[in-house]
Amino acid sequence: MSETIHVRQFDNGLVLVAEPMPWLGSVACSFRVPGGYQYDPPDRLGTAELTCEMVFRGAGDRDSQALIGHLDSLGAQYGESVGTAGAQFGVALLAQSLPEVLPLYADVLRRPWLPEEKLEQAREVVLQEVRAVEDEPAHKVLQELRRLYYPDPLGRPSHGTLESVPRITLEDVRQFHGRFYQPQGAIFGVAGQFDWDQLQRLVEQHFGDWSGDELPQIELQAAGERYRHFEQDSQQTHVAVAFPTVPYRHDDYFPAAVAASVLGRGMSSRLFTQVRERRGLCYAVWASYHTLRDRAAVLCYAGTTADRAQQTLDVMIEQIHHLAQGITSEELQRVKAQVKSRLVMQQESSSSRAGTLVGDYYHLGRVRSLAEVQQRMDCLILQEVNRYLAENPPRVTTVVTLGPSPLEVNLAVP
Amino acid sequence: MQFRKQTLDNGLVALGEVNPQAYTAAVGFFVRTGSRDEGPEESGLSHFLEHMIFKGSETRNADQVNQEFDRLGAMNNAYTSKESTVFWAVVLPEYLEPVTELLADILRPALREEDFQTEKEVILEEIRMYLDQPPFGADEECEELHFAGHPLANRVLGTMESIRAMTPQRMRDYFQRRYRADNIVAVVAGRVDFDAWCDQLQRLCGAWPGGSQPRPIVPPRRHPGFHVRHKPQATQQYVVQLAAAPGCESPQRWVAELAAVVLGDSVGSRLYWELVEPGRAEHAALHYVDYQGGGIFWTTMSCQPQAAQENLRRLADVYAQAIVEGVREDELHRAKTKTKARLVLAAERTHRRLFSVGGNWLSLERYFSLEEELQQIDAVDPEQVAQLLTQFRLDQPTSVTVGPLRPEELSP
Repeated sequence: MSETIHVRQFDNGLVLVAEPMPWLGSVACSFRVPGGYQYDPPDRLGTAELTCEMVFRGAGDRDSQALIGHLDSLGAQYGESVGTAGAQFGVALLAQSLPEVLPLYADVLRRPWLPEEKLEQAREVVLQEVRAVEDEPAHKVLQELRRLYYPDPLGRPSHGTLESVPRITLEDVRQFHGRFYQPQGAIFGVAGQFDWDQLQRLVEQHFGDWSGDELPQIELQAAGERYRHFEQDSQQTHVAVAFPTVPYRHDDYFPAAVAASVLGRGMSSRLFTQVRERRGLCYAVWASYHTLRDRAAVLCYAGTTADRAQQTLDVMIEQIHHLAQGITSEELQRVKAQVKSRLVMQQESSSSRAGTLVGDYYHLGRVRSLAEVQQRMDCLILQEVNRYLAENPPRVTTVVTLGPSPLEVNLAVP
Repeated sequence: MQFRKQTLDNGLVALGEVNPQAYTAAVGFFVRTGSRDEGPEESGLSHFLEHMIFKGSETRNADQVNQEFDRLGAMNNAYTSKESTVFWAVVLPEYLEPVTELLADILRPALREEDFQTEKEVILEEIRMYLDQPPFGADEECEELHFAGHPLANRVLGTMESIRAMTPQRMRDYFQRRYRADNIVAVVAGRVDFDAWCDQLQRLCGAWPGGSQPRPIVPPRRHPGFHVRHKPQATQQYVVQLAAAPGCESPQRWVAELAAVVLGDSVGSRLYWELVEPGRAEHAALHYVDYQGGGIFWTTMSCQPQAAQENLRRLADVYAQAIVEGVREDELHRAKTKTKARLVLAAERTHRRLFSVGGNWLSLERYFSLEEELQQIDAVDPEQVAQLLTQFRLDQPTSVTVGPLRPEELSP
């Protein structure tokens, strides 16, 4: 893998990270601005989401029909998401259209109309999303798990609540946009087929005179209680469990991530084997590594019939606590093989690589090349993973269930 | 890219789309069997069997199978539909041989009694999982009503009752009948040595018996209607509407696909501007599904219960107008650009080409290169779309709606 990764920070703070993948016919961009939900005013939860919903409703000299019509006529695939500390706008398209799509996103991010007459429609879209989660128990139980596990505001659901969203005013949206759609803390990732000199010129031309202030500090509240149950007359009881791990930027990230994979990623993982294959307790069961900048968790999920939910939870907790005893060299080899494949597969996808560029720069202030990750994995030995697990024995801190009746939660380690 | 084909003596077809530029190799076994091939006592059996395949062969148990896929770093999975059951994996090119060996081995499953009973519980959990998720089973029920009396009405997952009543012997009989060599297409895509791979297939699958019975294709009769299912626990109201569309063998296949993109793509379509962008519905979309012998136009919508009646009317108006006026040149042009760009971007991943090559062969015994697909899209004109919309009526659907509303609170 021979890779070039370009990084340029502009005078206004904006960072451009780009990786040429000349064997592809496509190019993908991921525009990250700091407008995440951690900055929502506490009584106006959902402001970040509503702002993101509003910026496409007219920008520059195009109304919403013309914006979306233009993206469609370029054959662009695009989407937006709001996270804890940022809002991300992704777009993938054929390489020759890059010069046309950058000015469009400059309009959307810098010059949205935020028109009065579209506010109620956009608000309704956000409220629809709040209601939709109520009908998706697996989604809801994980949303509540993050809310309890992370100190507020880090684990909030991005869409706000049925009470908070109606309180948001157009002035709130305009202020949020003015404050958090700005170059300080903004990261643009570009991967695929492009010319670096031309790309720099385009970004300079469309974003060079953008300006903004330093970002405010966030005040953290205490995390929530250890167990919460949501009563619902559902077919299954949905079980979600979290335990602490180290964030992506930590020196122990690699052993910690390997341990999470052994626990719950793929069909040979311990949770899949013990909960599904051995006992037939559920269809869906997994664990996944989840990171914010300064803290992280392993989030685990299983959905099962009410009368087998207690057994499912007990087996999950037992498997998590048992990890402290270490993993086997066979398990380490399997994770290494999976990571190696995934790294190569990233070279076939410009959008997945563009997202990783932005994520890496946000977490690390630099980008780990695929070769660097490969090398780090190659030299990872069993002792290092097991040393990490012995020094940081996994202990479940937070449990959320949703279903007909609550479970008994015993987090004591035998 | 180069297309290759070879047929083994027992009838197993091997296809390759060779791309020396690719970073990976994708391999799949496409079995021409699904819920439409199931008898009355076999409901859900194709899908149950797909699960049992991963429980191992005479030489490997389930743990060994799972560990081996992961040891090869494979991205792998399987799926079952009304018409096919597909087992696939993407690996680095150097692992194509061992992963092909693994897939071919598990396609001769042991079907052990004990594994069967454990997996039955897993399938029942899968059914319950879908019953907890929107649209709460309305999609399978709507197809059952739309195709009533035709094999396409058969549910892929089966029901709790049909799965509970299933026996290993019934599964073995079904396996013997459907998993014959001449009913299977093996496909590779990406950086592969096709000749070497065919030699390997000959060694691994050459002894599989052929002689399968062809699937009878009878065009389905449709059953329009309006059905309300009261589910007080739901927050939103969900609507599924099915209407007749051309089958996969029809020259109108891409016309139907483009009509669905113009009218109901998730963003930028007529339904989007009418229902989603104004915040009237959380979701509204139209998809085209091309079964053999007859396809469907598949509308889905979700919204607040109190908005459902009004939204149903708006949905009907969008379709009525399209039937009368057809589509405009500019919106068809945008739909073509969008659809072509999707295909081109998807083709950068080897497994996406694998699904296209394997799927087309199963249903049509044809190969279309990416370029041919793009040309077929380009050739569609607004008159063809207008003609299609008068021939296949979106205004005569089978509808199922699930949510807090009672039958007397909603009308078509």
